[in-house]
Amino acid sequence: MRILTLRDLEMAGARGTAALYPSQTKIMVGMATCGLASGAQEVYDALLNEVSRQGVDAVIRQVGCIGWCCKEPLVDVLSPGKPRITYGEITAKRVPKIVEALAQGEIVKEWAIGRLDGDENLIEGTKRSYLADDAQVQVMNQVPLYKEIDLFKDQVRIVMRNCGIIDPRSIDEYIARGGYLALYKALNEMSPEEVIEEITRSGLRGRGGAGFPTGLKWKFTRQSKGDTKYIICNADEGDPGAYMDRSVLEGDPHTVIEGMIIGAYAIGASEGYIYVRAEYPLAIEMLTIAIQQAEEYGLLGQNILGSGMDFQIKLSMGAGAFVCGEETALMASIEGRAGEPRPRPPFPAQSGLWGQPTNINNVETWANVPVIVARGGDWYARIGTETSKGTKVFSLVGKITNNSLIEVPMGITLRQIIYGAGGGIADGREFKAVQTGGPSGGCIPAELIDLPVDYEQLTQAGSIMGSGGMIVLDDRTCMVDLAKYFFTFLKGESCGKCIPCRLGINRMQKILTDITEGRGKEGDIELLEQLAVTVKGASLCGLGQTAPNPVLTTIRYFRDEFEAHIKEKRCPAGVCRELIEYSIDAEKCTGCGRCVRVCPQEAIVGEKKKPHVLDPALCIKCGACYEVCKFGAVVLS
Amino acid sequence: MITLTIDDQKVVAEEGMTILEAAREHGIYIPTLCYHEALKPYGACRLCIVEFADERRGARLVSSCSFPAQDGAVIRTNSPLVLEARRMIIELLLADCPDVKAVRELADELGVEKSQFEPEGEGNDCILCGLCVRACQEIVGVSAISLINRGIEKKVKPPFEIASSVCIGCGTCVFVCPTGAITLEDIGRPRLAHEWHSEFQARPCRVCGDHYLVPESVSDYQELLAEEESRSVSSG
Repeated sequence: MRILTLRDLEMAGARGTAALYPSQTKIMVGMATCGLASGAQEVYDALLNEVSRQGVDAVIRQVGCIGWCCKEPLVDVLSPGKPRITYGEITAKRVPKIVEALAQGEIVKEWAIGRLDGDENLIEGTKRSYLADDAQVQVMNQVPLYKEIDLFKDQVRIVMRNCGIIDPRSIDEYIARGGYLALYKALNEMSPEEVIEEITRSGLRGRGGAGFPTGLKWKFTRQSKGDTKYIICNADEGDPGAYMDRSVLEGDPHTVIEGMIIGAYAIGASEGYIYVRAEYPLAIEMLTIAIQQAEEYGLLGQNILGSGMDFQIKLSMGAGAFVCGEETALMASIEGRAGEPRPRPPFPAQSGLWGQPTNINNVETWANVPVIVARGGDWYARIGTETSKGTKVFSLVGKITNNSLIEVPMGITLRQIIYGAGGGIADGREFKAVQTGGPSGGCIPAELIDLPVDYEQLTQAGSIMGSGGMIVLDDRTCMVDLAKYFFTFLKGESCGKCIPCRLGINRMQKILTDITEGRGKEGDIELLEQLAVTVKGASLCGLGQTAPNPVLTTIRYFRDEFEAHIKEKRCPAGVCRELIEYSIDAEKCTGCGRCVRVCPQEAIVGEKKKPHVLDPALCIKCGACYEVCKFGAVVLS
Repeated sequence: MITLTIDDQKVVAEEGMTILEAAREHGIYIPTLCYHEALKPYGACRLCIVEFADERRGARLVSSCSFPAQDGAVIRTNSPLVLEARRMIIELLLADCPDVKAVRELADELGVEKSQFEPEGEGNDCILCGLCVRACQEIVGVSAISLINRGIEKKVKPPFEIASSVCIGCGTCVFVCPTGAITLEDIGRPRLAHEWHSEFQARPCRVCGDHYLVPESVSDYQELLAEEESRSVSSG
């Protein structure tokens, strides 16, 4: 069934609306990879069982990830006329009680963590209330509204507007929330140049990390001469701790596809590729379904929306090389060659895929496009700072209370992110630094916590925006060890083509290893800095050019820690095994035996209720005893 | 024609030339290891880096073998920024392949007496310049060898590290290798390509009997000649 007119689109939307807000109760399970990893499949199966066993009139649907990672698996219940209630940390065992309550028109208050009284259709700028006039259910109103919850109150959801709301496998539900209206508008009311103008006016910059103005990039590719033009969606998300793109692809694949079709129209491209890593099977599945649906509706293929425009999208799977996130290596990989970067210029806009003009943007950039086209560049540019417009999705991981995926306006401070949405440092410990931009980024120390997050500010602090991973570190993190971690990662991921990256990173990793293992020498810090200059300045591609950032920032902000390792052979954070020793303080030890039970080496002995002794010769410094001792009797020195 | 400045010298170059080509035409020396004028630029050794400045990004290092000569550009081939990076690269390389003459000579030239890094690659003569791989692909047209693995595990090998069925034993890779890392050994009739795990049975020349020829090479040349002939017939 092809969609040719606005009326066709509205009819598909009406079907989607009926699925989004059915006349009976709808139960939604967050079943993106994060949810599934926490056991959402068992919960889903249990719900199916229980609903039919108890004979409750309800439909059960799968949705993407709303970003509340630390409370997975998430189950949402939406009954007609009542608020939508989110249950957190639901197991199959908890399911019967939830269904029972549902049958009675009640909720299980102790597991309910959030409430939504309605939602917003961002594309059309309309709001929908879930509440019937008589639905002021007392108990339900005691569940906090999403907008009152720290994790959500500063969020502005543009890219993630549909994540956790719609079933990602339903194009109708996407259309019901204004999906493909922006495409209709672009094709029917705007010239390609006007689309580019709108994107330029929005101030949108590349969300893959480097922050190049998107409108300008599109303009270059449009103006470039070539028989065939290509557009590519870079979904080779590879930073440790980053999963923004995965969540968008799994939760709302159509927004990326719609963004790409609009981009193809603006640029004059007839073919598109989504380069997605093979390690994201669910994202690939969702994209495959979404592309097929879009083809069936005539939104991809020949004569799109009856406009005469032809455009198709193919999926290309990456085989697990970090360097393939670099655009020239990515294109080499699509062409079937080894994922090695090549020097630029020529830039992809001039000579990209198979030598033709090519425009590459990342998942999040494409996902912003439909909203910008629908609401206008000026609307979008009101969000964010002077030079960094719009929102940014961050995955908030590490030593943070609310491990989560958030979308916040640019210019928000690190403090607001970490202590607001993030709920502060886990286990009440002290905030030490935050690592942004993955292995290409740097560590921003606690004293810069009021730094506003935008491209320029992060660069000035020695880091980068990157794709949006934020790894929060507490006082038990050793910064030398952290730098070593990133260099070990990069050493394995350098393609090895150019000498500074291949050999320079290898040497830097060796020096860092030596420092953490007590073999640090006077002059090592200076040598690291010297190597960093060459690797940064002379490497062929972005991987090498940004690789030194983690070491440069840790030296810049935590030089004393490097010096303690080198000069005093001491790891202040108590992490580097070769530099620490555990012992038991006989005065504090009560002889409870907890340490004995967790020690994998049987290195601790002692009679019950009498002080224990640790044999340093057997100890492998795993720290298990230190973690479990309730009396502070295990001493780290 | 375009005009650019290289080391305070006004240089006229053709549109489409690289900085390296423009410099060499005017006798300005820039060291290289992975560059060969018969092959496409590769940009891997980074020794040909020069300082290039533009308004947007300021002074930065670019590889002159691949970077286009632009009208009005100001290039410095020997600035402190360039020399510092070049010396560090050669120190890294020197520790990785301490026995390679071409590397030692470049080190001498750059005033690097000794690498500050512990040597690691004794006996390793391959600097991964990729010349052999590119010559095999671009000149011979067979791609019998390629760069496999990544990072410090990278090396040149035929696919799956077994004898390649498309290698014609022509020895172009040996000829183009700047370090002597590839050996082709003729023991009477057998020709051994040690690094590529290949062995060929050469045939003596019918006329002189002294020279040996590898049949795979001969048939490849014959195919090539036939192709060219048919092309000239059809175009003629």
